[in-house]
Amino acid sequence: MPFILILIAIAGAIFAAGRWFGSSYAFFMGYVVLQYIVLGTAWNILGGYTGYVNFGVTAFFAIGAYSTVVLNKLVPAMPLPLMILIGGAMAGLVGLGTGYLTLRLRGVFFSIATLALAVVVQTLITNWDFVGGARGAYVLRPRIAPLIGGEYVQYLFLIMLGLCVIVLATARAIERSALGYGFAAIRDDEGAAEASGVPTLRLKLIATGLSGGFMGMAGAPLPFYVTYLDPASGFNLNYAVNAIAMPLIGGTSSWLGPVVGAILVGGLQEYLRVTISSAVNVLVAGVLMVAFVILAPQGIVGLFQRKKR
Amino acid sequence: MTALLRVEGLGKRFGGFVALEAIDLDVQQGERLGLIGPNGSGKSTLVNCICGTLRNESGRVRFGEEALDGLSAHQRTRRGLARSFQLPRPFGSLSLIENVRIPILYTVNARPGAGVGAGAIETRCLELLSQVGLADKADLRPRDLTQIEMRKLELARAMATDPKLLIADEAMAGLSHAEVDEIIALLIRLNGQGVTVIMIEHIMRAVMEFSQRLAVLVAGRKIADGPPQEVVRNPDVVRAYLGE
Repeated sequence: MPFILILIAIAGAIFAAGRWFGSSYAFFMGYVVLQYIVLGTAWNILGGYTGYVNFGVTAFFAIGAYSTVVLNKLVPAMPLPLMILIGGAMAGLVGLGTGYLTLRLRGVFFSIATLALAVVVQTLITNWDFVGGARGAYVLRPRIAPLIGGEYVQYLFLIMLGLCVIVLATARAIERSALGYGFAAIRDDEGAAEASGVPTLRLKLIATGLSGGFMGMAGAPLPFYVTYLDPASGFNLNYAVNAIAMPLIGGTSSWLGPVVGAILVGGLQEYLRVTISSAVNVLVAGVLMVAFVILAPQGIVGLFQRKKR
Repeated sequence: MTALLRVEGLGKRFGGFVALEAIDLDVQQGERLGLIGPNGSGKSTLVNCICGTLRNESGRVRFGEEALDGLSAHQRTRRGLARSFQLPRPFGSLSLIENVRIPILYTVNARPGAGVGAGAIETRCLELLSQVGLADKADLRPRDLTQIEMRKLELARAMATDPKLLIADEAMAGLSHAEVDEIIALLIRLNGQGVTVIMIEHIMRAVMEFSQRLAVLVAGRKIADGPPQEVVRNPDVVRAYLGE
């Protein structure tokens, strides 16, 4: 497994550089980019590899976030990694359920169903008083990071870095395995995939479960990051738009695509948020997505792959 | 001698339209069967019902010792029932070698016992592609192929499942005389290796040359079944093709 070692080394180097730099802003900003790497890669497992476009990213993301809110109220002492595991499992189960219920839906009909899912989950959360309902919930962020010391955001950053390593290693392993070929077969022609022996039903459930689970994991640390979570922010359209735009811009065919897309778009958005205004960043994602879909449908990674050929 | 494939009383309707009615068909192990019939007579629907792409409302399909009813298409493929599609349906984003790799991964390697190892799979893919004359295009995408080459890819992908029974659904439509001969030779060679083949075809020269037995579908019914020379002289068959 040299790839995962390389990822860990890179992650370690990034974290060490952040500590040396010593600016808490850098950690706050880096967290957002890392979160989008996880979110974009999770979306890409279903959307890019398997060809099922999920517009309901916020449903899974917010299930992860709100399960942390619930756990934090019930068991305040629970360590964050455990909360992430539970949040991921919850979102993964919802992913499985969604996959099972929407098996017969293909193409745009599947996408509409996932959009509906996001609305349904948001309505449920908004009316659930235990997690604050429409008022939202406050989550106290500990002052000091456990284990590593320093500000708590450094811990959040480190956790998200760890998630990136896990998600990217998984995505790359899928690409090189029979599973990845099966996903690609489903994306290209489901009937021909069945005729080639690919158990399309089981593979689609694996894809929806994995994708939903990773989205939930990306969302689970969010309450500690924002310290105040309400449905409007947890289900913010930005998450869905970015999770789709970043893989499309970076390239959906390879694990590297969502990484490139998240760093580029996430970084650019952050830069514009600071220099121009906080509203312009959605515009950036939208315009870039449209431009890439028209001019370079294979994304940035696709452009380089074509040159190499 | 038990039949490899036994279709009993198979019926399929689309709404009020009866596509297949009480079809009985036995195919013996190692046989070469030709299946003909005018357009819309239900040949492809029959293939789809046998392979599990469509569900038949009545009747049964047995394969070897096993009833196939209720099994999904991929389960039937894994049991050794392969088909090519009438209109080629390649995996468009993958190279040719990856196109034949998928059925190996999901059929041969999914069956109990030793599959094709990681090292041997590349060789096996190239071998399959060279059997249909596509080895030198292994790294191309299906969109770079001609219609004819795509049909060959269809066959290679079906053969990659290492089938007991191969159903070639109009694998030769649009091919030149020499190419038809090439495909017939390929299918006969495959049959020589023990694969039972059902050929659905409109090109009568190919059907007559290939088939040991001929079955004729007309308007969802089987009207003739027997030695090719007799079947083509059958008055019902002549009427179906040429009119009164």
